[in-house]
Amino acid sequence: MANEVPAFRYIGRKRRPAEDRRFLAGSGRFVADLALPGTLHVALAASPYPAARIVRIEADAARALPGVRAVVTGAEIAAATDPLMSGLDLPKMLRYPLAVGQARYVGEWVLAVVAETRAIAEDAVELVDIEYEPLPYVVDPEAALGPGAPLVHAELGTNQLLRRQFVWGPVEADFAAAPRHIAYRARWHRSATVPIETFGVLARWEPGARLLEIWASIQDQLARALRLPGNAVRTHFDVDVGGSYGGKRGLKHAVLAGYLARRLNAPVRLIEDRLENLRGGDAHGPDRIFDVSMAFDETGLVRAMRMRALDDVGAYAGRAPFQLGKPIGAIVGPYHINSVAYEPISVATNKTPEEAVRGFGQSPTNFAIETGMDLIACDLGLDRIELRRRNLIPREAFPYLIPSGSTYDSGDYHAVLDKALAAADYPGLVRRRDAARAAGMLAGIGISCCLEPSGGNSSFEPLLNPKRDATTWMEGCQIKVDLSGAVIAAMGTSSSGQGHETLASTIIGEVLERDPDTIRVVHADSLSALPSNSPVGSRMAIMLGTAAADAAKKLKAKLLAIASHDLRLPLDGLAYRGGDISVASDPGRHLTWDQLVDIAHSKFHRLPPGTEPGLQALAVAQVPTGGMLPTADGRVQMYPCYAFEAHVVYAELDRVSGQTRLKRYVCGHDCGVMINPDIVHGMTYGGIAHGIGAALYERFAYDGNGQLISGSFMDYLLPSAHEVPDITIVDHCTPSPITSFGQKGSGEAGYLGAPAAIASAVNDALSPLGLHIATLPMTPDVIGELLAEAEERKR
Amino acid sequence: MSQHEIALRVNGERRTGRVPARLTLVDFLRDELRLTGTHVGCEHGVCGACSVLFDGKPARSCLLFAVQADGAEIVTVEGLAPGTEELSVLQDSFWELHALQCGYCTPGMLIAAHALLLENSAPTEHDIREAIGSNLCRCTGYKQIVDAIALAAERLRGANLRQERRDGQ
Repeated sequence: MANEVPAFRYIGRKRRPAEDRRFLAGSGRFVADLALPGTLHVALAASPYPAARIVRIEADAARALPGVRAVVTGAEIAAATDPLMSGLDLPKMLRYPLAVGQARYVGEWVLAVVAETRAIAEDAVELVDIEYEPLPYVVDPEAALGPGAPLVHAELGTNQLLRRQFVWGPVEADFAAAPRHIAYRARWHRSATVPIETFGVLARWEPGARLLEIWASIQDQLARALRLPGNAVRTHFDVDVGGSYGGKRGLKHAVLAGYLARRLNAPVRLIEDRLENLRGGDAHGPDRIFDVSMAFDETGLVRAMRMRALDDVGAYAGRAPFQLGKPIGAIVGPYHINSVAYEPISVATNKTPEEAVRGFGQSPTNFAIETGMDLIACDLGLDRIELRRRNLIPREAFPYLIPSGSTYDSGDYHAVLDKALAAADYPGLVRRRDAARAAGMLAGIGISCCLEPSGGNSSFEPLLNPKRDATTWMEGCQIKVDLSGAVIAAMGTSSSGQGHETLASTIIGEVLERDPDTIRVVHADSLSALPSNSPVGSRMAIMLGTAAADAAKKLKAKLLAIASHDLRLPLDGLAYRGGDISVASDPGRHLTWDQLVDIAHSKFHRLPPGTEPGLQALAVAQVPTGGMLPTADGRVQMYPCYAFEAHVVYAELDRVSGQTRLKRYVCGHDCGVMINPDIVHGMTYGGIAHGIGAALYERFAYDGNGQLISGSFMDYLLPSAHEVPDITIVDHCTPSPITSFGQKGSGEAGYLGAPAAIASAVNDALSPLGLHIATLPMTPDVIGELLAEAEERKR
Repeated sequence: MSQHEIALRVNGERRTGRVPARLTLVDFLRDELRLTGTHVGCEHGVCGACSVLFDGKPARSCLLFAVQADGAEIVTVEGLAPGTEELSVLQDSFWELHALQCGYCTPGMLIAAHALLLENSAPTEHDIREAIGSNLCRCTGYKQIVDAIALAAERLRGANLRQERRDGQ
């Protein structure tokens, strides 16, 4: 039942995150903080053209500069390494860390200089003369699909990288039967995660051991591109990562640094500067045009939806096109829409490549759906909240199967929406808005109801690329108890602020009934070979949480088996309490934790026959509900868990500057059982702030010449403490029935609903003028121009 | 590249160096003195991750050359705590309210907040947002940071009034 939170000893309680202390002391260990003797530094020459043939590279002067150790071009890299992997089946789209023969976007790395200091390397880049022959280019995604468009990759013969047409349910019939239809376009311009730490990597080749050591937040594929066996690369996942939110992958950086380290037999460090990060870091986000139509009845019940999503992935496709796939797992949002047709299209342009962004395409899709809900309410003259109430999946309908094949695990959407409205004092907000309007201001209230799919299975891979028949996205955890009785847990990925150490220690502490603060969680390196993937898709509470719980349960079972043998009692005659095990009927007879640990480590004669000495357990979690390949008509269980968020925001628009000021912000949130509420709330606040950026400020804008015109923090505007208001989060808890403790994932919370809600507020504010926009970001200049045009028309 | 002798005090200790004219203060602190708590975020003075106290005022160490710090008094995040393995009241308040996630902007935030609390013992929410308004954080949405600074201010006021309240912090 909703809101009946199970009682836990440590889960859900206030606990200071274990990670925080080192960061507060200034002793975090980020990649740029590492110092290896003799480290060389990389600087990069980047293409100034959106498309150009590299005719000639003259680098003698650079090579001659004292301190310069190497100048490396794409031709050398292409000869010595294999192309970087693409998620799609595009064998002709070759991608290397440096442009080979042709540059395809402004900022693409063309040449690398390695020198004894970064300053010398940058000086040397200045001395390089690269002759380019500019080629035709295309930056508009619709133009890129048109006939005769310049081809980003001539070898492909097209800029269209992916196009699928899914029909789930009787779409035609539902549209024909519905009395009312709307059709609209929603535009999400490209922004990204833009962590405050840029991407960095340190690489060292050990010639004796034939081992490449990498310090970076980078996972698979590295060894393959370097033509090394996987066990010849040790990636250190214990390096602290200064934010990622999906975007920090850095495969090309790591391949380049790894190659250079081996070639020069010296540690090589590549730390992006901010321009390299924004322009050449290959981490822009979704850039999407939605054309949507919805069919509904006179009461506002939405029966069917058609959605065409055109996504501009930029010049190369890594995993980015899959961001059109994740939303399939929540394609109807929180609403009981009967049938859906979905046409995802991925197109290449001469822009910086796209990478994953928090929510993996779900936030733009949520914005597109919510735009429709507001338009339908407007069309029918219905209250926007009432319209949503009528369409929300009711509590009693869970588990709820949506047309595209995913089953939503649990939820109580109406209750969360009501809680958010109550916390916002919605009638009071309406009065405030109306009073502001009466005083001549532009004021509006925004609403959004959105889902956060979590814990994914990577099912979008086989769905969009049948050659990749992946059906798991596992995560492992290993727990050891040492001779002294201390608990050590190992996880297999790096962290970038999500508090995984606290997550794992809290859950292990819960199962073993040991104080989580006494449990140390370490990040195994890639040679420690813990089966794992990466902290994407809001999955770690579910996946690392399950693995940690399962490993702890195995360990506990071993302790009980030891006690059962030693005390000569069946298991059901024993009581486990805080790590000590006693005879249930005679608590005076017991073995303490220390005694059990001692038996396991050094008293083989007291262990049950056939028992391994020592105390350790490994568990690898499979995704709950995972393991299924898509059906022929494209249905698959995409994500196991679905959290829900309802946003209520009040905004006022400055008529002169066009700036939107958020005056009140409430988010009702239900992600099941929270392992650490401070961490969940923190990520939700941060997700909302990120969403405020995507909705109002952040855009990688290109001019007609294909130049990126927001390549610094003076132009690409991250929200500050002035733009992000004091946010109120209202918790609700509908436990997931399919996870170890009822938890759902939550790392993408806030971001998934904030842009939709803010767009809703802006449009409510504009509605008295008869204006409507469905383009994000709604920057001050966009709104200012809209207001000026409206003013002009009045005259 | 001309080289210059500089002498300054960093976290209360006299430090000297011979630096090229173009070396930034943040590179000097991080690479020469190995004080890596101060972070580099944008190198154009916007994000604030590199903030240090320069003669008592918060300053962007990416926009200063090391030679400009000759004779200056610098405090970095490593200098905020009263001792090794200790945290200041401000740092502890950040921990109590989880006012950080990835920890990258945190040193700059602490410097900005520390500078505020040196001048204003009872800051309003507005004062706090002004003080950290030039420090970008991508993780927290600022809420827990604002609350932590208010908590630190409250604790520090209490500490001034009643010594016995300091236990347990």
